[in-house]
Amino acid sequence: MTAATTAARGPAGVAGRSRDSRVGRRRDPSKARWWVTLAMVSPFLIGLAAFVVYPVCATLYYSLTNFQEGSYRPVKFVGLQNYVDLLTQSDTFWIAVRNTLWMVIIMVPLRTLFALFAAWSISRIKSGAHFYRTLFFVPAIVPVVGAALAFIVMLNPEGPVNSMLARIGITGPGWFSDPNWAKPSLLIMALWAAGDTIVIFSAAMLDVPKELYEAADLDGVNSRQRFWHVTMPFLSPVMVFAIVTGMIYTFQYFTEAFVASGSASSIQSSSDLLGYPGQSLLFYSTELYQQGFVYFKTGYASAMAWILFVVIFVSTIGFLRLSKRWVYAAGDN
Amino acid sequence: MAEATLSRPRALVNTPRAAKPRRFLMGVAEHSLPIVLCLGFALPLVVCFTTAFMTQQQSGTGSLWPSPWKFSNFREVFSAMPFGRDLWNTCLYAGLSSFGVIISSVPVAYAVARMKFRGRDAFFIVILATMMIPAQVTSLPLYVLFAKIGWIGSLKPLIVPSFFGDAFSIFLLRQFFLTLPQETIEAARVDGAGEFRILRQVVIPMARPAIAAVGLFAFMYAWNDFYNPLLYTGNSTTSQTLAVGLTQLAKSAHQSAYQLQMAASLMFLLPVLLLFLFAQKVFIEGIAMTGSKG
Repeated sequence: MTAATTAARGPAGVAGRSRDSRVGRRRDPSKARWWVTLAMVSPFLIGLAAFVVYPVCATLYYSLTNFQEGSYRPVKFVGLQNYVDLLTQSDTFWIAVRNTLWMVIIMVPLRTLFALFAAWSISRIKSGAHFYRTLFFVPAIVPVVGAALAFIVMLNPEGPVNSMLARIGITGPGWFSDPNWAKPSLLIMALWAAGDTIVIFSAAMLDVPKELYEAADLDGVNSRQRFWHVTMPFLSPVMVFAIVTGMIYTFQYFTEAFVASGSASSIQSSSDLLGYPGQSLLFYSTELYQQGFVYFKTGYASAMAWILFVVIFVSTIGFLRLSKRWVYAAGDN
Repeated sequence: MAEATLSRPRALVNTPRAAKPRRFLMGVAEHSLPIVLCLGFALPLVVCFTTAFMTQQQSGTGSLWPSPWKFSNFREVFSAMPFGRDLWNTCLYAGLSSFGVIISSVPVAYAVARMKFRGRDAFFIVILATMMIPAQVTSLPLYVLFAKIGWIGSLKPLIVPSFFGDAFSIFLLRQFFLTLPQETIEAARVDGAGEFRILRQVVIPMARPAIAAVGLFAFMYAWNDFYNPLLYTGNSTTSQTLAVGLTQLAKSAHQSAYQLQMAASLMFLLPVLLLFLFAQKVFIEGIAMTGSKG
């Protein structure tokens, strides 16, 4: 790094001297000395080495051993044994995978569509849109733990929502205490907290040039065509952004599920019942937490972590590749 | 509804009488959808607020209005859980880590945005790439590392890393620094100012809104953070933060005491909501910016 910057500075410094001789400056003023640059970026470089590069490599190494944090058993290299055990021996691993994929495949698109719908609902308003946008955003800043506890109260079987449903003659489900309804309950919570995505969509809708709408009106298009052929192309880049960040977040989905299953279950020490009810909320990250930080099977959990890393990486790159086909890049032409 | 029609006086004056009711109905139609959405968005917060004032018997039932209002719930929270201690730890974590994020990320963002050096673009891509790495991948060795140096059970694993730059903050700040006028910085350079002086005396004063946004985001992140405190301070009795403490309350003997859980949650949410109220522009613009430049 340092050698490279010095080498790069060499010729530029010489050129600067001959060109800028009337100022008497020895170097191009827009090029800082290498040690100034290094000093500026050094906090991040140290952090990168200590908190990113080292742990990522160490996780890979752990995943090939039988390492157990806190155990005095000598660490043995076991090759791909952890990965083989995960894929063939473990039931909970596949339950966690299935639950997580449910969230990624159902929650991410629904959340994106819902945010699109909410942003559209305020885009038609001529005054007061700003007011609604602020209100829609509030749930997104509410701390997840507080929000989850509020949802547990709101959706408890005898709670406000079920009694409202009862008034119109519907018997409400058990929500967080029913294995079939626990994930949909989390889905409702995710829609509720979609404010950040709504704001991003809403800002993008404001960026659509007015002339395009006027031109579309002159051409006599209806409102649906207007949305699909004028608004949507401008939204496509931010939709890709929302889906990618939503996907990355959902693959690591943890806090909501942890709080929901921990607090809704009536078992006092629920550390080994993280998926309550009935393992329906056992997600990849909760299973990883349980293996790595409750049972301290560090090597085994490291293998899980690397699988997660690869899956996130591949699906992100894959989605970005796919999306290139239909994204309209307004700034790029 | 009233707002919609009143705020367009010019249109009203110019339209013939017969069009008035239609325009009013249009306004109702336009506003009904967002109003319904607002009610939906408000419900969990309303439930949280009113339940916090209910008696144990009334909490968790269908009623949305406390009768009688029981203000002593908030006092009871302090005996049901170590609320004061958890609050202090949360403030320490959020305050110190947002300070750390700002002082370590501003110089990096400036270098990436405004200084020329070899490999700068590659360096920026590396910064962006680190945002994609899931916490689960790094937390196992970090736990081992922190355990080795005796930091588990203290707030150090939460605070210290924030002094080494945060990728998201660097990204946000860089986007903002790119919009600053090039001439001002060049002029300072020609005058012989060093890069650190330019950063301190030229760039930082111009970038106050962006720095405030980054500080706010970092503060909120730490305040809301559950995963890291759970891992690194989880079983500690002295370093627990509110996010973890609330879940302990919900799991403990007070499990069915919804009114205490909601009172504690309300006190946990309130600072965040107030912060948002005072700085909503910073928030919303910051969020909109991440999308438009992403």
